[in-house]
Amino acid sequence: MTAQSENPQQDRQSRPAIIGPGHTFGTVTDKISAIVMTSRTPRGWYIGFAVSFALMMLLFLAVAKLFALGVGVWGIEVPVAWGFAIVNFVWWIGIGHAGTLISAILLLLRQEWRTSINRFAEAMTLFAVACAGLFPILHLGRPWLFYWLAPYPATTGVWPQFRSPLIWDFFAVSTYATVSLLFWYVGLIPDLATLRDRAKGKFAQIVYGFLAMGWRGSAKHWLRYQRAYLLLAGLATPLVVSVHTVVSFDFAVAIVPGWHSTIFPPYFVAGAIYSGFAMVLTLAIPLRMAYGLQDFVTDRHLDNMAKVMLASGLIVAYGYLMETFIAWYSGNIFEQYAMLNRMFGPYGYSYWMLIACNIAIPQLLWFRGVRRNMALLFVVSIIINVGMWLERFVIVIVSLSRDYLPSSWDYYQPTFWDWATYIGSMGLFAALLFLFVRLLPMISIFEMRELLEEQEGHA
Amino acid sequence: MPRKDTFEVARIRRHLAGHTGKEYWRSLDELAQTDEFQELLHREFPVGASEWSDEPTRRQFLTLMAASLALAGLNGCSGQPEEKIVPYVRQPEQIVPGKPLYFATALALAGDVLGVLVESHMGRPTKIEGNSKHPAVPESFWGGDELLRPGATDVFAQAAVLSLYDPDRSQTVMRRGQISSWDALLGELNARLQLPQAKQGAGLRILTESVLSPTLGNQLNALLESYPQAKWHQYEPVNRDNAHAGARLAFGEDANCLPHFDRADVILSLDCDFLSHGPGHLQHARQFIRRRQVRHADGHEAEMNRLYVVESTPTITGAIADHRLPLRASQIEAVARAVARRLGIEVAAPPADRLDGVSAKWLDALSDDLQNYRLERDPGSCLVLAGPSQPPIVHALAHAINERLGAVGTTITFTEPPEIQRVSQSESLADLLSDMRAGVVEMLVILGCNPVYWTPADFEFADALSKVPFCLHSGLYQDETAVVCDWHVPESHPLESWSDLRAFDGTVSIVQPMIAPLYSGISPHQVLAAMLGQPGRTAYEIVREYWQQQQTGGDFDDFWQQSLHDGVMAGTAFPTKQVSTDGLLDRVAEETQSVGDGRSQAELGNENGGESGGVEVVFQPDPTVFDGRYANNGWLQELPKPLTKLTWDNAALLSHQTAAQFGLSDGDIVEIELAERKMHIPVWRLVGHPDRCVTVHLGYGRTHAGRVGNGAGFNAYRIRTSRSPWFATGAKLRRTGNLYRLASTQHHALMDGRDLVRSGTLDEIRHHPDHPPLMKGGHAESAHQDSGHNDSEHKGAEHPSMFPAWEYKGYKWGMSIDLNACIGCNACVIACQAENNIPVVGKSQVLVGREMHWLRIDRYYAGDPKLIEPETYHQPVPCMHCENAPCELVCPVAATVHSDEGLNDMVYNRCVGTRYCSNNCPYKVRRFNFLDYADYNTPVLKLLNNPDVTVRSRGVMEKCSYCVQRISAGRIQAEKEDRQIRDGEVVTACQAVCPTQAIVFGDLNDAHSQVTAIKHQPLNYDLLAELNTRPRTSYLAALRNPKPNL
Amino acid sequence: MPQVFHPSMNTISRVSIFGAVFIAAGIGLVGYVLVRSPYMTEAGVVRTQPVPFSHKHHVADDGIDCRYCHTSVENSSFAGIPSTKICMNCHSQLWAESPMLQPVRDSFRTGEPLQWTRVHDLPDFVFFDHSIHVHKGIGCVTCHGQVDDMPLMWRENTLLMEWCLDCHRNPENNVQPRAQVFNMRWQPTADDENHALLDSAKLAEQYGVKSKMSCSVCHR
Repeated sequence: MTAQSENPQQDRQSRPAIIGPGHTFGTVTDKISAIVMTSRTPRGWYIGFAVSFALMMLLFLAVAKLFALGVGVWGIEVPVAWGFAIVNFVWWIGIGHAGTLISAILLLLRQEWRTSINRFAEAMTLFAVACAGLFPILHLGRPWLFYWLAPYPATTGVWPQFRSPLIWDFFAVSTYATVSLLFWYVGLIPDLATLRDRAKGKFAQIVYGFLAMGWRGSAKHWLRYQRAYLLLAGLATPLVVSVHTVVSFDFAVAIVPGWHSTIFPPYFVAGAIYSGFAMVLTLAIPLRMAYGLQDFVTDRHLDNMAKVMLASGLIVAYGYLMETFIAWYSGNIFEQYAMLNRMFGPYGYSYWMLIACNIAIPQLLWFRGVRRNMALLFVVSIIINVGMWLERFVIVIVSLSRDYLPSSWDYYQPTFWDWATYIGSMGLFAALLFLFVRLLPMISIFEMRELLEEQEGHA
Repeated sequence: MPRKDTFEVARIRRHLAGHTGKEYWRSLDELAQTDEFQELLHREFPVGASEWSDEPTRRQFLTLMAASLALAGLNGCSGQPEEKIVPYVRQPEQIVPGKPLYFATALALAGDVLGVLVESHMGRPTKIEGNSKHPAVPESFWGGDELLRPGATDVFAQAAVLSLYDPDRSQTVMRRGQISSWDALLGELNARLQLPQAKQGAGLRILTESVLSPTLGNQLNALLESYPQAKWHQYEPVNRDNAHAGARLAFGEDANCLPHFDRADVILSLDCDFLSHGPGHLQHARQFIRRRQVRHADGHEAEMNRLYVVESTPTITGAIADHRLPLRASQIEAVARAVARRLGIEVAAPPADRLDGVSAKWLDALSDDLQNYRLERDPGSCLVLAGPSQPPIVHALAHAINERLGAVGTTITFTEPPEIQRVSQSESLADLLSDMRAGVVEMLVILGCNPVYWTPADFEFADALSKVPFCLHSGLYQDETAVVCDWHVPESHPLESWSDLRAFDGTVSIVQPMIAPLYSGISPHQVLAAMLGQPGRTAYEIVREYWQQQQTGGDFDDFWQQSLHDGVMAGTAFPTKQVSTDGLLDRVAEETQSVGDGRSQAELGNENGGESGGVEVVFQPDPTVFDGRYANNGWLQELPKPLTKLTWDNAALLSHQTAAQFGLSDGDIVEIELAERKMHIPVWRLVGHPDRCVTVHLGYGRTHAGRVGNGAGFNAYRIRTSRSPWFATGAKLRRTGNLYRLASTQHHALMDGRDLVRSGTLDEIRHHPDHPPLMKGGHAESAHQDSGHNDSEHKGAEHPSMFPAWEYKGYKWGMSIDLNACIGCNACVIACQAENNIPVVGKSQVLVGREMHWLRIDRYYAGDPKLIEPETYHQPVPCMHCENAPCELVCPVAATVHSDEGLNDMVYNRCVGTRYCSNNCPYKVRRFNFLDYADYNTPVLKLLNNPDVTVRSRGVMEKCSYCVQRISAGRIQAEKEDRQIRDGEVVTACQAVCPTQAIVFGDLNDAHSQVTAIKHQPLNYDLLAELNTRPRTSYLAALRNPKPNL
Repeated sequence: MPQVFHPSMNTISRVSIFGAVFIAAGIGLVGYVLVRSPYMTEAGVVRTQPVPFSHKHHVADDGIDCRYCHTSVENSSFAGIPSTKICMNCHSQLWAESPMLQPVRDSFRTGEPLQWTRVHDLPDFVFFDHSIHVHKGIGCVTCHGQVDDMPLMWRENTLLMEWCLDCHRNPENNVQPRAQVFNMRWQPTADDENHALLDSAKLAEQYGVKSKMSCSVCHR
């Protein structure tokens, strides 16, 4: 400690440090890999996994029902032809963003405090995107034909319609999923090797060994590895911006009052990062407690993330403000009515809840005390998650329920199966996450070592 | 009950005061922005209605899974299950596989007769058009084969083809609930007829509906001859007794009155809904609207007739009136008298209290108009009509006024009654009942009616029936009557049997079968023949023989063929009858004296007399299921009723004031007590309904209608008595506190200052023929600036585009809908359903807002702050086929694209069901198959489908296609003849049925086509033009012709 | 610690990694070919019929015109399958005893129609009209192939949508003189007036044959 405090550069960099004191290569490796390697699994894990698995089963039931009877099992109707499915899709995609942002952009920005959180942030991204990817397919009237969105030389001689934002979505999301997967996996390779070497059982050795792709940690390996990783980071960076921009086009391109707005792309991206970081916190705080990783995921990490959240939250707030202003300024009665309907229409409650969750309450993060208080931070992050879901609810459903012809106005009421699908998707997400923390190192071992080395070097 | 006091007129006045010009509202509450209204906005739909309604059993579930998976596989490749082709053994001459045939026949629709052309595919009747040769049918705009010239029809005629295939129809002869046979019946029938006491027919009674078939009448008379003591009774719940009695009262003899709206300048309707039903209503609508349509050419001299309506239940006739006066039915007699007196007819003065709510000014204006609407006084340009629900005296008064105004012989003429035997049906039924109770009735034969369900409650028909040893019922369904009769015979549907029918002007049509009886149906002719001891005879022989006897001279076969071909018998129309009008006025005058102090007859008849705090109950036939005979017809059940937009139910309609007074709101179940008889029914508040008055529609609450009709709605016959069949005072209204979910298809008619329906007055046109002010955005808070210009050509200039406008080389289809001509009769909606295989989704789905109608009719109220006379506007909304269609560019798989003729094609088999197009459609005309709505399981209903239109599967979007199958057929025909499609050669289904020709369709590239001409009218405008969607469907603004300063 | 994997694993993994690309491409190619193969499209597959009817014999040998049996081809969407009566017109005299024709005679006697298996079977959401194609000079042979060479009937073409579109994009390649529509072996020939070669393109112009590519032309 004293050694560090004497180092001015170190002071600027980390207060408190981004890795707990008294750690050596050995301890780091032991501590992290032990979680995976240790023979007995904590009871908490079993309980958590059981719950999320049950929810996942609920999802499958809902999906079976859906495929059997059609999307009519949901509450959707005309005019509100898009319901929870799209809301959830946008929500999950948004959550995904934090992972990529942390791993790619912060990497390029040499923010080494990222190292201890990027691994499960990436995992989170992957699972979130997986959940998100479900919905566009589920919400199709004839889901078994989803592949018609892909451009391939079909016997019909017909190609997809490239003017449609849904096609752009198709590409954006699939690219995003692929790159995130690669990025996450490549990052894992050295640690997989470590696990392989430390694995007791033959089976584990083979599995990890197979996944490690014969990594030996030779200088040559490291050289190529670094290059590849950096390259992928470069690839992933634009995606952080592109994906949600494209998703926002789904709405911005349409002429529905409340959708047809040029501000959507930027504030969708901001919103995505906002919700992403909120989700990372929601996961990180319990995890580090459960596995006693306070040394690696330190308060400073949480503090930084809280700051990022605050910043992106303010951008989102600006987005809302602009939307309202433009609606008024446009002088277009449809836009104006859409905005008034959001605030005072039958769904008014959802709008004000959203304002509270996304703008009012997060202002607490201005206070260091709040940022350093785990419990509070956790609660705030949850609230933001809810808020961001509400935002999509307001955009998708409230706008649709009342557009141009009053004669067609109608009220959307979600059914049990709407909720089942939504909750179920959370179950899927959680279940995957539980498997991940159980079977793979949730913190990058080798990167922590590097970090340690750097610090030693500074000392 | 907090809701009780949420309604305040004061607040509404204030609210309205803030607005200049027209204001559109959904309900008075909406105006007041009361909590109740907010509550209404939060109206909840049954969560999960969809899947409860189609909860599958485990097996279903698995099969469905399998199906969807198989489908998935199927779509992957192009492999198909093997199909068989089954050719004829000996092919009939006329039938060309793949080409429809059209046959002329006629349908009896509740006392009215309509000549129709039935489209038949390989022997399957699939669609019904009007037969323009028939007197009751106004012809459609038509440029095609003259032999096929279609005509207008109404909703009942359109739906008849569904009733034909109805799988719930009675299928076998039943004997006390056991399946029996026709022969067994014949055995018992003859045995009984041979009984000594039955020899003279003593104790033999026959009950029919009003008989309009000469042949059937002839058979009945023959029967009465051979059984002198037998009696023939007629009864229908919706009869014209009052009109007939009124005519006798006025002229001392039976007379059938034919109004001629084409000659009328001022029309006064005394509770007469002449646009909805009644003999010749389609012709009435056509003639009436002809006199209201204003074309640019008329310019400053534009003319319109003027319609005054005094009515209780708001009807589409009242909706289009220039001046509408909502009054309780019992007050209308008073108005009739007041008007008569003002016109110098010496009738007894109505008591003042009967005229409350009627301003003298109004009556003066009315009578003034009746006398001299035109400057140069020309007698007989006026027409006064009384509704069938008004007592005879009102009809007599109407005749008197017509006589006084010189209308008799010009705007109204008379003929012999078309009924074979005109009787007072209520009396006829009363006689039968007394005989039945006295036990003198040994044999009762009921032909094609349902007395147990629809006879007056005080008759307790079922109870009386139990005293009859032998009763035989012949009907389409095993209805309420069939199940209590000893014998039931399945009646053949009019589309599958031979008969003949006499129209309102006497013209006879031969009814010919389109298809062999599907359910071994037996025609009433055969039943009577059997009783006449000629069991073997077919309906064909009977009908043909009858006319052979009638026909004198000439070759009968030619005559017969010609009659069959034309659908009408030449020269059978009645000549005009000269009624004796002398002494008419005095007769009526003294009659009014005798009736006494102006209490209307209904009230005098009413047990609990006056109206001490009670409300008045009005009984009306339902706009869709009529008197209950169409209860099992899914198309009609799901058809939104003209003004309430309710489906699948009837409701107690009452005014907002009355509702507030009783603390009622939409869906509250009330108990209506009338003379110790009670019924429960949910409330629906209807703008324009008179106060202290409730309307209940007949025809619901059936228990043996079939799978569709059972349990739908509430049975109003339970409180309808013989003494006050149409309206009764002194009813008690009690709030039960229970709620009922009514399925309405339109929850808002508040335009929010949006310029959707444009409307103005005749004066505006007269003063500014080129740019009428009403086209300048209508009202103050108008949405947009460009609403002044209406030519689609100008639009380009208004909305500059970076792309050059697309050139349409060939055809360029477009449609125009004249809001001034639309009477909101719904015929187009159901015609579209029949033509395009549109499924019925059921109440639970309508409740969730998933009705599938491609063409809907929006109803908006416009009005003055007086809130007494709301202006009502109907706006049919099909797909607009936008030039810049928002739906097209968002579809990821190009399932909806523009055709080279400007159609917005919807390709079902390419659709994957993202529903993005529906979201992006500003007109919300797209319909989605959220569940498997098409019926793949009922084999007989497959016969009903139009083979030229794909049956849509689950998960597919659909919408109006401008009847592209008809366009395609027309194009192919034209190409084969190496010519262009003639204007009017392709008519859409909605256009063909429209009685007022409000819908016009055609080629916009054809400078001389009707639609092109209309689109250049100054009243032409595009809906939501500011969105630059460039709709191909445009509207003509609605006009009214109110009397200045009234 | 012993090695988990045998050294050969290195090669294997390398190969598999690089091979992956080609494998993926290969699968795609197979799929592309498969869905267009007779296995899927049933093109060229002979269907079993109640009577082994030979178009080759009736058309080529006997020279019977298509319209003798397919009566409604010129004025209806459906070309028409001959009624048993039409068969019997000749076969009451010719081959009156042939056992092969037993089903036809039975049908004629009992009134039970023959059940032919559909060879050219379009999906139900496709609306094809024979009469207009014939009128525009599209020969039978264009879609049905050399029927006069088919002892038993099979589907000559795939009937895939892309196949329809090929012609709908450039119909002028397949137009024959109206008089020659039912001629199975028509070749462009010099017509009598101006001794120019009478080819499809000219005819297309003459008959006003246009490329019809709108969806609603076939899907309604």
